[in-house]
Amino acid sequence: MPDTQNSRGLYRFALLTASCTVLLLMAGALVTSNNAADSVPDWPLAYGHLVPPLVGGIRFEYAHRVLAAVVSILTFVLAVWVTRSESRPVAKRLGWTAFALVIAQAVLGGIRVLVGHPALSATAHAVLAQIFFSTVVGLSLYLSPWWQKDLPQLDQAASRPAFLLATWTTVAIFVQLILGAAFRHGAFGIQPHLTGAGIVTIMVIWAAQTVKHSFPGVREIRLRVVFLHATFGIQVLLGVAAYWAVLRAGANFQPSATYVTLTVAHVLGGALLLAASLILTLSCFRLIRPSSLVAVNSTGARLAGPAAS
Amino acid sequence: MVTRGRELHSLKVTAFRLVVLALALASILSVGCSRPRNEESGVTTAVPPTSSTLTVDPSTAGAIRGTVTLEGQPPALPPINMSGEPGCRKLNAGPVIPPEIITGPSGGLANVVVYVKSGLGQYGGFKTPKDAVALDQKNCMYDPRVVALMVNQQLEIHNDDATIHNVHAMAKENKEWNKGQRAEGPAIETSFSQPELAIPFMCNVHPWMRAFVFVFAHPYFEVTSKNGAFELKGLPPGTYTIETWHERYGIQDQSVTIGPRETGQVSFRYKS
Repeated sequence: MPDTQNSRGLYRFALLTASCTVLLLMAGALVTSNNAADSVPDWPLAYGHLVPPLVGGIRFEYAHRVLAAVVSILTFVLAVWVTRSESRPVAKRLGWTAFALVIAQAVLGGIRVLVGHPALSATAHAVLAQIFFSTVVGLSLYLSPWWQKDLPQLDQAASRPAFLLATWTTVAIFVQLILGAAFRHGAFGIQPHLTGAGIVTIMVIWAAQTVKHSFPGVREIRLRVVFLHATFGIQVLLGVAAYWAVLRAGANFQPSATYVTLTVAHVLGGALLLAASLILTLSCFRLIRPSSLVAVNSTGARLAGPAAS
Repeated sequence: MVTRGRELHSLKVTAFRLVVLALALASILSVGCSRPRNEESGVTTAVPPTSSTLTVDPSTAGAIRGTVTLEGQPPALPPINMSGEPGCRKLNAGPVIPPEIITGPSGGLANVVVYVKSGLGQYGGFKTPKDAVALDQKNCMYDPRVVALMVNQQLEIHNDDATIHNVHAMAKENKEWNKGQRAEGPAIETSFSQPELAIPFMCNVHPWMRAFVFVFAHPYFEVTSKNGAFELKGLPPGTYTIETWHERYGIQDQSVTIGPRETGQVSFRYKS
């Protein structure tokens, strides 16, 4: 059994890393919305120094770099702490995967600065950011006391379709984020992202209803469905508002405060929606017996032999 | 006597042949060396001439003259918000209106690029001017807003402000580049090897800063001032498509035909 105090500390540190990642996502969105991505033409230094003159768009770009460094350090500490404290191999793998992703993300950010081609490099940078965030969220959930306690396994005939639906909803939201990033960075127009919004709407409603009906008495599932609904609803409203702000901005070269606020909020909303769907999907995996022939213990390891009741 | 006469004739023939040979060599050398030379000489051509390139004959060259005007009252543009940039605010005494639409008292429209879009046919080998074109960053604005130059002509970008700028040339036909330029730092010297229209130049430190650079393979272009007038001189006789570009009001084309030593007239009217 893991040391409770240490594991709580580790869980809280994982949450801190996830929270700082949200701030980092916000800083990145501010860079894009303020058209400041190219305000510092060199990397890893800034105008040849560690600290550049903090004027104009440089403030956004530099803040983003500083936060990226903080998150990288936090992720490294998290990976080391997980390796030293955890006996579960999945936790260790997730920790080092997160660290590899944040380093790759930093390099991709440097490529974006040095090579340009924002349609490709900035889109890839934005997508990898969501993958990293999802990894940290997943790891945080995996390290949570809730995940590690002995939970009753739900042996429901409808469990597998609900789990699969939740999984595909998470995938659909991720694809929608890619389409949104591609539109934002000029790879293509808004139409694919609008189409994706329609598909995600159907899937979120369908998955949430299916999961709720499949597990009516399970409090954790109910709370996660509420979280999913809430983030989804807010994100739809933010999407409409952000698009209105984009149309209103038109060819205006100077981003307005309204445009910046709404577009940044929509980017953050997308990340939180992805996190909500991922948490629901992983929770279904944790609670639902994968098949009638296999059981899992509280650590997620499969037990040999017929399923326990 | 007869022998001396023959010797003299032979000498004359030889001399004549040598002169012809020298002239032929000179002609071959002058054609073969019409390629971009050492930059120090300042004599380069925008596009290397081919064997079929024609050279403009100044004795038959004409011109196309005209005006570009804006009908109606231009919209009032909101001032640039420099509240977050104390450095730029200090450089500007009052509100700064983005210089997108500049008109003169008679309705002339400034910052319109007028150029020959087509009609030059085989004419080419135009010499690139050795004078550089200047683009300044002054009071946190690009000045002038629209600049036109020839392929391989030097563009000098100055930072006259006591603040940092980055110069981001978002070219598509040419290589895109982005360089930082410190306060009152050395000029950035650059040129473009390909013709390209309306290359946006921006500063990501101050995102309202915008300029447009046009690069032509020929010298028949002009950027209008407030009077909206233009004159494209030295054009060989022919029929041309003259095109105008304005950053807000877009593009217009008209066809003009000029004969030897004629001046054609054409007017462009944009509607507000």
